[in-house]
Amino acid sequence: MTKTAFGFPLKHSHIKTKLAASLGGGAETTTTITSMKFSVKTWSNGKARTGLLQLGNCPSPIETPSLLLSTRKGLPLFISPDLLPSLPLPDSYLLQFSPLHFLEGLSTKTIAAIGGLHQMLGLHDYVYAAVLRDPIQCLPECDASNKFGASFETPCGRVLVKPADYMDMIASMKPNIWASLADEVPAWVSSKRNRTSVDRTVKWLDECIALGSAKAAGGALFGAIVGGSNIEERKRCAQEAAIRNVSGYWIGGFGLGESMDERPALLNAVTVSFKLTRVLFKNTDYFECFIFKAKGEWLFYCVRLEIHAACWMNRVVTVVCIVGSEVMIEVRDAGCQDSLQEEKPRLVCGLELPEEVLQGVAAGIDLFDSSKDATPIVQNCVCYTCQNHTKAYINHLLNVHEMLAQTLLEIHNTHHFLGFFRSIREAIKEGRFDLFRQMFVQHRREQLAAVAVCA
Amino acid sequence: MALRFEVLGRFNRARAARLTLPHHVCQTPLFMPVGTQGTIKGLTTSQLEDIGCQIILGNTYHLALRPTSELIDDLGGLHKFMNWPRALLTDSGGFQMVSLLHLADITEEGVTFQSPVDGKPMLLTPEESIQIQNRIGADIIMALDDVVKTTITGPRIEEAMYRTLRWIDRCIAAHKRPNEQNLFGIVQGGLDPVLRDICVRGLVDRNLPGYAIGGLAGGEDKDSFWRVVAQCTAALPEDKPRYVMGVGYPLDIVVCSALGADMYDCVYPTRTARFGTALVPEGVLKLKHKAMAEDTRPIDPTCACMVCKKYTRAYIHSLVTKDAMGSQLLSYHNLYYMLQLSRNLHFSIIEGRFPEFVCDFLQKMFPEGDVPEWVCNAMEVAGINISPCCALLSSSRQYFSSQGEKEFEAEKLSCQGEKEVEDEKLSSQGEIEFEAEKLSSQGEKEVEDEKLSSQGEIEFEAEKLSSQGEIEFGAEKLSSQGEKEF
Ligand SMILES: [Zn+2]
Ligand SMILES: [Zn+2]
Repeated sequence: MTKTAFGFPLKHSHIKTKLAASLGGGAETTTTITSMKFSVKTWSNGKARTGLLQLGNCPSPIETPSLLLSTRKGLPLFISPDLLPSLPLPDSYLLQFSPLHFLEGLSTKTIAAIGGLHQMLGLHDYVYAAVLRDPIQCLPECDASNKFGASFETPCGRVLVKPADYMDMIASMKPNIWASLADEVPAWVSSKRNRTSVDRTVKWLDECIALGSAKAAGGALFGAIVGGSNIEERKRCAQEAAIRNVSGYWIGGFGLGESMDERPALLNAVTVSFKLTRVLFKNTDYFECFIFKAKGEWLFYCVRLEIHAACWMNRVVTVVCIVGSEVMIEVRDAGCQDSLQEEKPRLVCGLELPEEVLQGVAAGIDLFDSSKDATPIVQNCVCYTCQNHTKAYINHLLNVHEMLAQTLLEIHNTHHFLGFFRSIREAIKEGRFDLFRQMFVQHRREQLAAVAVCA
Repeated sequence: MALRFEVLGRFNRARAARLTLPHHVCQTPLFMPVGTQGTIKGLTTSQLEDIGCQIILGNTYHLALRPTSELIDDLGGLHKFMNWPRALLTDSGGFQMVSLLHLADITEEGVTFQSPVDGKPMLLTPEESIQIQNRIGADIIMALDDVVKTTITGPRIEEAMYRTLRWIDRCIAAHKRPNEQNLFGIVQGGLDPVLRDICVRGLVDRNLPGYAIGGLAGGEDKDSFWRVVAQCTAALPEDKPRYVMGVGYPLDIVVCSALGADMYDCVYPTRTARFGTALVPEGVLKLKHKAMAEDTRPIDPTCACMVCKKYTRAYIHSLVTKDAMGSQLLSYHNLYYMLQLSRNLHFSIIEGRFPEFVCDFLQKMFPEGDVPEWVCNAMEVAGINISPCCALLSSSRQYFSSQGEKEFEAEKLSCQGEKEVEDEKLSSQGEIEFEAEKLSSQGEKEVEDEKLSSQGEIEFEAEKLSSQGEIEFGAEKLSSQGEKEF
């Protein structure tokens, strides 16, 4: 496989500039809202994509698809701040937290007095993303949510969070990224309840936007998208979010009872509600591009670059990117609106197993909120744990219930999951994501079968 | 003998030394954190190196049960097993059998106990203890002694002392690695100066690499405690390290160092961290107290540790007794505090400003000048003039109670054999932590009880107050006589 040049410096920068101007920022687009920048770099097999996420306080850009490390009160469960840098950087700069964690003992006033989360945690280079739902401790309780706010089961009991409460939290904690308040419902609710959840989520998005500017909350707002297991509601919510002033999208309502099989359709409904095909041309002279339709695929011919926005058989054709001799164009149904603008990052909540992450990546998701995968200690692992300790020692710590076992395992598992995301990115860059996914899923299946036989 | 002990500086009886062990060159006075099961409360070995930990104590009894000394031996010894490049010390295992297991019985042969694995009677002889410790491979190993509570009197104390002397010869004979491991003998004899004297002389005759003062920190009164330490340190050889087992609180360490002791071990800093208590120059800071929720200062503004540099009391307050990270961070600070105390003792002695250091230490801990009498007595024997930090109690007491709110900020450590019973529930993962190290190597008994309801904290604490008559304010309820102890 040849490695694409996308993501490398452009050789024909003047052409890029010209293109960007004529496309209204279509090529190599970046979004600058607050201090977050995001740009999509490569696509593979349809919608899987890599990108670069940049945040003002973070020393280096972070490549996506990427994992947000889950935290408890801003720190990983067992990894103290001096051990955090032992995880691969910059991959481990992204941290996710639930503002609800701080109901246990800290007022928003005190957090504001300390100067926000980065200051309070002493992690100035790290990126904090605020999402109320935390899969372990703060679960949405849809029966108790009402038109005023969303309800959660937390270690402090059940709490109802109204947009104003939530924005107080955001204004005091000052996260880099925050998702708007959502009314998340499980897959089995009635279609009426599901519709209500979309209505409320959209309404709360407006309220969060208004309150956010009133309270000078700052940070990049990710518009919440819900809709349960109804494709039309998902589309509706996505389109509502897309037309608002948001920096990215937070896709909720997953991991709440929907089946693995129905998920791709739901994810696709959100990320693209139109038919989109991206075609990557390698080793072509971009003045004479050919797009083929073979075996049901597109065939398109353009003699000159000027037809970058041409119409062909009722399809809109857009030149997305040109680097050296590689050309990428986008073909989509005419009249369809881009429901989630391509250049904005998409963060999903509730996809935790590696197989689920791969579903998300295939649908064009960029950021994932947590991981549930425990990887056995293997040979050749380069993580802090495996470099410093033997399997025998870790087994001993587990046997005697020592906390260090949890610390070492969290480091190892996080290291591995970050590595998994790195291989996903490599596969996308090399244009072989589908193959990678197939191989990975098959390998996992064999592994799990082997474990089952042993047990 | 596999150690070198070079005294670098003295102030009267106090000394600062360089203790060269097979795996590390240590500075004394030396605090040794307790790593019962081959680890210290969630801290990695690199973190322990970061905070200046020089030597860790491992408990033979626990390690012999799991993962077993044979496995540790197969894997190249405890240093390799836990990846700790610096020094290690193991205790004999006897104390923990006696204190943890109700059915332990001591005979001339050894300690008979019921196996916690299969309930069968087992025998730990001095030979067996040394053999196990030889397999574990620590830099310092401890002789098996006949442990009795210091509060016991009568012929049992005498019997135990003589038995300890008989057993030391069996330990010496059984010791197979004298060139790699240092066998320390333990001075017993309860609170009886005559018995202590016989024991010290008997052990000194054996010319061991180092000596420990055992049988203390078991609830005896503080005056008896320091007098035993003073007697033993005076009689032990100048050129050998002296280790006071199971001690102790910061104040105890300062006093014992003034009296000429060199080494200490105690689970207190890490255990108390689990219940949300930080060690500070003023005494202790209870971070679970509600007032901490709005306190944006570091735990100890004068502390240079990672936790104090990064975190506010308010943030730690939100973690303690709820999240594992709370005890991780507090253990880090508390150990740093103890190790910094060791360093301060070492350098103040070397730099000839030990009395100033002691006065400064006492002034911070007893700002009203109410230094306990036993400390004053011990310092007199140590030849340290602490009169500048002692004051008339009547006037300062008045001032003190008018400053009521200061109480919960920094409560003074009770130095009177405080007995606390704690029981902890970790909420974060529904994990109930099994606390095998209920007892430290030499007798500290601490039991605390704490119940957290999910809807708010219902706190009940039973603490026995010191004879100083400390008054505790705030939400804590206390039983005036400590009769509600478990
Ligand atoms: Zn590893
Ligand atoms: Zn500190």
